[in-house]
Amino acid sequence: MSGSGLILAGVDGDRTWGLQDYVARGGYSALRKIISEKIPPETIIAELKASSLRGRGGAGFPTGLKWSFMPRSFPGAKYLACNSDEGEPGTFKDRDILRYNPHTVIEGMTIAAYAMGCERGYNYIHGEIFDVYERFEAALAEARAAGLLGQSILGSDFSFELFAHHGYGAYICGEETALLESIEGKKGQPRFKPPFPASYGLYGKPTTINNTETFASVPFIINMGGEAFLNLGKPNNGGTKLFSVSGHVNRPGNYEIAMGTPFAELLEMAGGMRGGRKLKAVIPGGSSAPVLPGNVMMDCTMDYDSISKAGSMLGSGAVIVMDETTCMVKALERLSYFYFEESCGQCTPCREGTGWLYRVVHRIENGLGRKEDLDLLNSVTGNIMGRTICALGDAASMPVQSFIKHFGSEFEYHIENKKCLVPPEVQYEGSQIYVRP
Amino acid sequence: MLEIEIDGKQVTVEDGSTIMDAATKIGAFVPHFCYHKKLSIAASCRMCLVQVEKAPKPLPACATPVTNGMKVWTRSEQAVKAQKGVMEFLLINHPLDCPICDQGGECQLQDLAVGYGGSQSRYEEEKRVVFNKNLGPLVSTDMTRCINCTRCVRFTTEIAGQMELGQAFRGEHAEIMPFVEKTVDSELSGNIIDLCPVGALTSKPFRFSARTWELARRRSVSPHDSLGSNLIVQVKHDVVKRVLPFENEDINECWLSDKDRFSYEGLNSEDRLTVPMLKQDGVWKETDWQTALEFAANGLRKTAKQNGPDSIGALASPHATIEELYLLQKFTRAIGSDSVDFRLRQSDFRADGFREGAPWLGMPISEVASLNRLFVIGSFLRKDSPLLAQRVRQAAKRGLHVSAINASAEEWLLPVKNRVLTAPSAIVPVLLQVVAALAAEKGVNAAEHLGAAIPATVSDEARAIAQSLASGRKVAVWVGNLAVQSEYASEIQQLAEEIARLTGGVFGVIGEAANSVGGYLAKAVPLVGGLNARQMLEQPRKAYLLLNAEPDLDFANPALAQTVLGAAPLVIALSAFKSPSLLAAADVLLPIAPFTETSGTFVNCEGRAQNFNAVARPLGDTRPGWKVLRVLGNLLEFEGFDQNDSEAVAAEALAEGSRPDLGNRLYGLEFKFAGQTAAGFERVSDVSIYAADPLVRRATSLQKTRDAKAPVACASTATLAAIGVASGARVRLKQGQGAAEVLIVADDSVAANCVRVAAANAATAALGAMCGEISVERV
Repeated sequence: MSGSGLILAGVDGDRTWGLQDYVARGGYSALRKIISEKIPPETIIAELKASSLRGRGGAGFPTGLKWSFMPRSFPGAKYLACNSDEGEPGTFKDRDILRYNPHTVIEGMTIAAYAMGCERGYNYIHGEIFDVYERFEAALAEARAAGLLGQSILGSDFSFELFAHHGYGAYICGEETALLESIEGKKGQPRFKPPFPASYGLYGKPTTINNTETFASVPFIINMGGEAFLNLGKPNNGGTKLFSVSGHVNRPGNYEIAMGTPFAELLEMAGGMRGGRKLKAVIPGGSSAPVLPGNVMMDCTMDYDSISKAGSMLGSGAVIVMDETTCMVKALERLSYFYFEESCGQCTPCREGTGWLYRVVHRIENGLGRKEDLDLLNSVTGNIMGRTICALGDAASMPVQSFIKHFGSEFEYHIENKKCLVPPEVQYEGSQIYVRP
Repeated sequence: MLEIEIDGKQVTVEDGSTIMDAATKIGAFVPHFCYHKKLSIAASCRMCLVQVEKAPKPLPACATPVTNGMKVWTRSEQAVKAQKGVMEFLLINHPLDCPICDQGGECQLQDLAVGYGGSQSRYEEEKRVVFNKNLGPLVSTDMTRCINCTRCVRFTTEIAGQMELGQAFRGEHAEIMPFVEKTVDSELSGNIIDLCPVGALTSKPFRFSARTWELARRRSVSPHDSLGSNLIVQVKHDVVKRVLPFENEDINECWLSDKDRFSYEGLNSEDRLTVPMLKQDGVWKETDWQTALEFAANGLRKTAKQNGPDSIGALASPHATIEELYLLQKFTRAIGSDSVDFRLRQSDFRADGFREGAPWLGMPISEVASLNRLFVIGSFLRKDSPLLAQRVRQAAKRGLHVSAINASAEEWLLPVKNRVLTAPSAIVPVLLQVVAALAAEKGVNAAEHLGAAIPATVSDEARAIAQSLASGRKVAVWVGNLAVQSEYASEIQQLAEEIARLTGGVFGVIGEAANSVGGYLAKAVPLVGGLNARQMLEQPRKAYLLLNAEPDLDFANPALAQTVLGAAPLVIALSAFKSPSLLAAADVLLPIAPFTETSGTFVNCEGRAQNFNAVARPLGDTRPGWKVLRVLGNLLEFEGFDQNDSEAVAAEALAEGSRPDLGNRLYGLEFKFAGQTAAGFERVSDVSIYAADPLVRRATSLQKTRDAKAPVACASTATLAAIGVASGARVRLKQGQGAAEVLIVADDSVAANCVRVAAANAATAALGAMCGEISVERV
């Protein structure tokens, strides 16, 4: 937990999540400004467009543009949903935002509701972090009591009801349409798009879904102006962003840094490589992003464009750092198991393909690989990618393709020698959390 | 309209169409599994991926809306590569043991695997095994074969109206299953067998008894409910092995009710009568046709001579064909008697002689889709007419408001906006209130003949129905089986007609059986002073002709029917089956062919005459019923019994101008509603879905379903308290002389002061009329 940046600025662990502290940090000033100055919704959306804020959930879609898709004069209910169903391995930023600064999400959602004319909102919180759900409920109660949420917010004629909703831990419910199905009480399975949520969302009504961090950034954009927010980062990559650094570093955790900060600096902030070992590989954007070799990563800056140019994705900003003690086959086996287990089972390529991928990688790891297996894996991933209803199929395929692309020799070694290139005792050493001085 | 190019061909389609719609229009086949034209789009099998110009990846044809100027390739390299990729995934966990699969030879996966599958599998890991589920006596499962297309799930939810199947678990562990410890009990459940594109869901009665290529396929028409579903009957060595729907968008669409689909099992029942039989000195003996027919002819001749022709009556099942019914009435009238009737379960015949024509639905079945208000009076709609109810269900999704009045609030699995639950005797007063409210709503007067009966005050529920109907654009008022079988059938129909008139809508009669309309057209009703079905029993005749009717199960008053027919000096029964009650009552049994072994015609509720041919040779010495009646006419040397084939009979029966037309109006019938309510409890009777006719009663698998479970009496909690018994107690029901012991259970869907007890069941065959007073005693 670091107290730098915007969202995490001035935050001091569990002690400062409450309304009083948030207001002391300047909280709810953006909402007050909007309501007292009666700022028109178009101005807010224009400000967001100017800020170049891109969705922090992984896809990086421009937020201002997404908000402008909501039909303005729709007769009937419109909904707002916050995606806090953070389930991707390596990602743990949203839960810290909700745990340590929940009011910034509430304020951001209220501003969004104001801008898009939504009367109701839901914050869908991952099922395995129940304490965070309770924390958010407590924050909601504070906001309602203070007249910042509910009917006639701050005495105006603007009303917005916001509810917390906790899932049950299925990764797929982080996919926005599966999330909507889940809120509706159905089995969490993605919907085919089109129609998109902006026209047919929750209960068939226009709905906008944004990530927790996206909403959390909104008050700051309103306060400092879109231009200033953009200038914190670099063109087309506005503002600051939380990075969840995990793996073989000395101080894993969330770091909020300006977009465009070199990876080397982020690694430095996280205390550098554990035991001073050599950096082998980095998954820069959560487990579904393609892995990049350490040397490629060291030349990157942490923003959507730079990482994309290097052949991966910034995704949700979950940086998984692996050092030289890592067996890449074993790492991929674990990732593939995750996608195999989390596929919703709705559409064929993902339901059948994720199990196939896992079983082949598992076989290679266990010394039963065959020469043709790498071609098979590439072919199977090719048959999954772009053929599924949602992005989970792609998410399961990209690690496989990138691991083979960058570390193919390790896989070949495994297949030929029926053992790891990295000796077991080295792997064991690397797996120890406390590194001997 | 949108212009689109598919595989180089231009086609214009309506706005909102999908690529699949457009491809279907030009006859381009896009392989698919989860897509079905009658179900919602799942887009989950991914087999229909096609290449679309400017799209970075292949798109599912079933779910992708057409845009103007779109260019699509269904067989390009990109499309076929995607389709083959999906096929490989579908096959990796699917057992490749088609030779031992019941679906083999008629399997979409098998068929498409020929075009899109590899000759060898690249998948060498362990295959998935899924445990089978018990879905009940009709549908068998091989869940390992399931490809999770979810057609069955969507069918139960969307068409049958109740989610009885779902996809549980995630990913590779996903399985289709019913709710825990539940089976699929829908009366339409058999359709999931047709929908299943693989061998996961197969027919339990048919399974492993024949291969598809061994079966001859012949068209036929269902002999059960008044819809007249079109069938494909599949036959091997003259034995009916299976019945499938023949698609007819105007009638059954692509569906069949379970009754239509599985009743064929009764055809080969041990009860089949295969040789003529004579009762001599109380002992049944098999005989030949000549002896049996001469016995019958001589008996009738003698009775007519000794007691006059009026002492002879003919009673026929409404499930008999036009040809049978027509020759039966012609034969009876040739003897000199006008006493012929096919309305065996009816009690009120006061409308006879005032009818405009044959009572019918008043509209084509397919027009249900365009109704926006419907009032259903006295009907067990879902069980009596499953596919008609299905059409209403679909229309309700598109804004049809349904109102209903009945003595039992049976769950129809569709939204019913206004429902009045009342005793049968109170239906007429409520309808009078609806008429009063409607007249007020429309600012007009109710018809003159109702005059004094129109009440001054109107209940809220009657007004709600009136308001709903008054706001309709296209209105129908339907009268169901309970209403037609009620003692107040005439008044109910008079009022239904008036309600329809006031709303500018259609008055229709749903009809009980395959030939409920046809019986009128064939003139199998008294026309010139003869006795109707009820009178023939209340004023015993000396001789009876019975056509496919069983005394204990097919009559409005089974106790009376058994007594009277048992005591009659001569009963000639033409029947496909023998039954204890027939053996007790009849003196001669003539084996006639069921619908699969004869040609014939049924006229369905929309007035459509549908003829069919025999699909199998008659079993044993069985003969088609029309031939037996023709020969009886010959033996008695009557004129006009020289038809060579059933077509000639049908042509004569349905000749333009000689038959009454369809028409529900009642001309000049006085409205006389006594208005007294029964002092004790009133009986409410339904004819259980699988007990309605002799064939379905012998369909063994249907008899194992929940719908066929032993009848219990049902009454509301308050009524039970008034009787002083607990739910689940054993009680003695009494009607006149008859009594029956059954269990009684609390069921608040039954109107107050009523006891619902099924008719057409051996357990209640000792009871009297289907409606009227009934007493309940604790045992």
